[in-house]
Amino acid sequence: MKTGKAAFWLGAILAALWWSGPARAQVEIEYWQYTFAQRVQAIDELIKRFEAANPGIKVKHTHVPYDDFRVKIAAAIPAGQGPDVVQLFYGWLQDYLKAGLLQPLPAAAFPASEVEKEFFPIVQQMKVDGKYYALPTAVRSLALFWNKALFKEAGLDPEKPPATLDELVEYAKKLTKRSPNGDLLQAGLTIDMGGQDHHWLREVLIRQYGGAPYSADKKTVTYNTDAGVAATQWYIDLAAKNKVGQIGFLTDGVTAFRSGKAAMTIDGSFRLGALDGQKGLDYGVAELPAHKGIKANFASYWVNGITTKAIGAKQDAAVKFLKFITTPEAMELWMTTVGELPARKSVAEKDANKNHAKYGPFIRGLSYAYATDFVNESAQRKVLIDMVDKVALKNVPTKEAVAQAAAEEQNLLDAFYKK
Amino acid sequence: MIGRSQDLTIAQKRAIWAWAFLSMPVVFYVTIRFYPAAQAFGASFTNWNIVGRMEFIGLANYSRLLQDPAFWKVIGNTFAYLGLGVPISMLASFVIAYFLDRVRFGHGLLRALYFIPHLTTAVAMAWVWRWFYQPAPVGAFNVWLVGLGFPQVAFLRSTTHALPAVLAPAIWAGIGFQIVIFLAGLKAIPRTYYEAATIDGAGAWRVLFEITLPLLRPTIVFLVVTSSIAYLRIFDYVYAMTNGQGGPLDSTKPLVLKIFETAFAHFEMGYAATQTVVLFAILLVISRMQIRLLRSR
Repeated sequence: MKTGKAAFWLGAILAALWWSGPARAQVEIEYWQYTFAQRVQAIDELIKRFEAANPGIKVKHTHVPYDDFRVKIAAAIPAGQGPDVVQLFYGWLQDYLKAGLLQPLPAAAFPASEVEKEFFPIVQQMKVDGKYYALPTAVRSLALFWNKALFKEAGLDPEKPPATLDELVEYAKKLTKRSPNGDLLQAGLTIDMGGQDHHWLREVLIRQYGGAPYSADKKTVTYNTDAGVAATQWYIDLAAKNKVGQIGFLTDGVTAFRSGKAAMTIDGSFRLGALDGQKGLDYGVAELPAHKGIKANFASYWVNGITTKAIGAKQDAAVKFLKFITTPEAMELWMTTVGELPARKSVAEKDANKNHAKYGPFIRGLSYAYATDFVNESAQRKVLIDMVDKVALKNVPTKEAVAQAAAEEQNLLDAFYKK
Repeated sequence: MIGRSQDLTIAQKRAIWAWAFLSMPVVFYVTIRFYPAAQAFGASFTNWNIVGRMEFIGLANYSRLLQDPAFWKVIGNTFAYLGLGVPISMLASFVIAYFLDRVRFGHGLLRALYFIPHLTTAVAMAWVWRWFYQPAPVGAFNVWLVGLGFPQVAFLRSTTHALPAVLAPAIWAGIGFQIVIFLAGLKAIPRTYYEAATIDGAGAWRVLFEITLPLLRPTIVFLVVTSSIAYLRIFDYVYAMTNGQGGPLDSTKPLVLKIFETAFAHFEMGYAATQTVVLFAILLVISRMQIRLLRSR
């Protein structure tokens, strides 16, 4: 009994010493993002570097399958669990703020003037009531992809892609091949509103025809104008009049381009990885064609925010981590691992990056890009898909189809902003 | 204390043991199956959108649903899947089973071939059929049509043809299962009935309508009810063949796809729950009606 008691007290004293030691100053925070091999890899590497530079902080990396991502976060944070730093799509900011999931970034650590000087203008959408709530590591934009082999075959210079919309149509006509029956064998340009084309129409074509998709306060649809109708008509004429492509050709635009059956496509920087892996595909990337001297692009981005769950020591650690993953070095790492573009102008506009054969056109496009304030991206995309289908399948006049689409989208915006 | 267990009969003791073993799976099943369903039923009266609070809004979701023209289009599509799918698949599978029953040579192989589509993943089949439906020279069906001298058909790019086009692989897969069940049902009919009929001089049609089909009643009821439920809940074929849109212009969209979209694209969980309650009600009513009508008096 005596040795038992002694052992107990010895153990208790040791435990007290252990628990009160300076090693207990370690803070653990959690980072959540959606599951995607390259992004997981990038964050793991960033965490390794961060922990080496900050010995008192441990970052637990959790990744959730995309389909469950929003649901899990929405359930965890109000319950006091889940991430301290979370990655979210820029379009979800309003929803997350409404649900009280994010806290504003401390102005001392992230002064607004610095953010506005350093990051691309589209990031300013993360400022609500004068406070920034999240910052991106990387951004994405659109560009024109072209198949060099098909260009050569059609007698076009494989290193000279079209620079204007008129050239785009002219080249596409030369690149379109049909059978004697008129069946499409090779498309000059992919036509896929369900892909990136709806972004192209919204933020690029409508502006190039002299219009604007939404009002300055983002709450009103403004493409039900002559400019909007003209841009839409140009897009529809690609298949209907110029016959350089076909909706549904080889099921979708990406498949058609990858299989070498479409000579050109409008797609995002996130497509580079897949295309690089396509054997036998010799492709080039160019800035989106201009029209009447007007250049425009669509950009989107995932941002990192600090959740309302992170308080006290965890908040400090979260701020440090967020600062780390938005440094220029982190952005360079992200670019080489994930293929997304740096969100800081200084990093993106380094000559090596700005003139890079593949990243360059996307980066140059960022300086004139717009990020749509979607309230419900899938529903708003469907509005444009249906608009084009109405004209193609139901012979609805373009003007009427555009008016109906504008009304439908306005309903979506109204429903969201009324809540 | 000792006397208690001696008061129960053997049958009662057996029952207690049965319940003791059943209690675990029953509790598990009730929790996994009924509790979330009850929660969904409750959620249909709220405006829950995942990130917000759940606020009780009474029947607002239901009235919004009834006034939504997209909802009525979707209901129409769902019943079209039912109205085309069940009769065509039942007729085709019965005819095939009827004749396959008489085949001896290669019977097993043929039966297996018919059954394989039922075993294949719906998404895989949907994708292959999607390629079949492409215009010539990619799509096999259009190549055959042109070869036979007919004009090409826009299968999936047509608001009238898309629904039957999406339904076709679903029927093709469903038939396999129905054929096997019909074959089992046909084999269960005692040969003596057929022999007696032949002796009495009955023709093939009379035998079919007065002996075979009446004796197949339980099989028919089972297949009609299960295939109705399956067609009313069609989802994966539509999702795979229309890029998840249910298009073109909602012409192929069934109720389950609308629920999926409302919940996971629009994040309107309360509204989606409302639609699931409606689907449940439809399935319940249809199944009960069918069992009542088809059950022998």
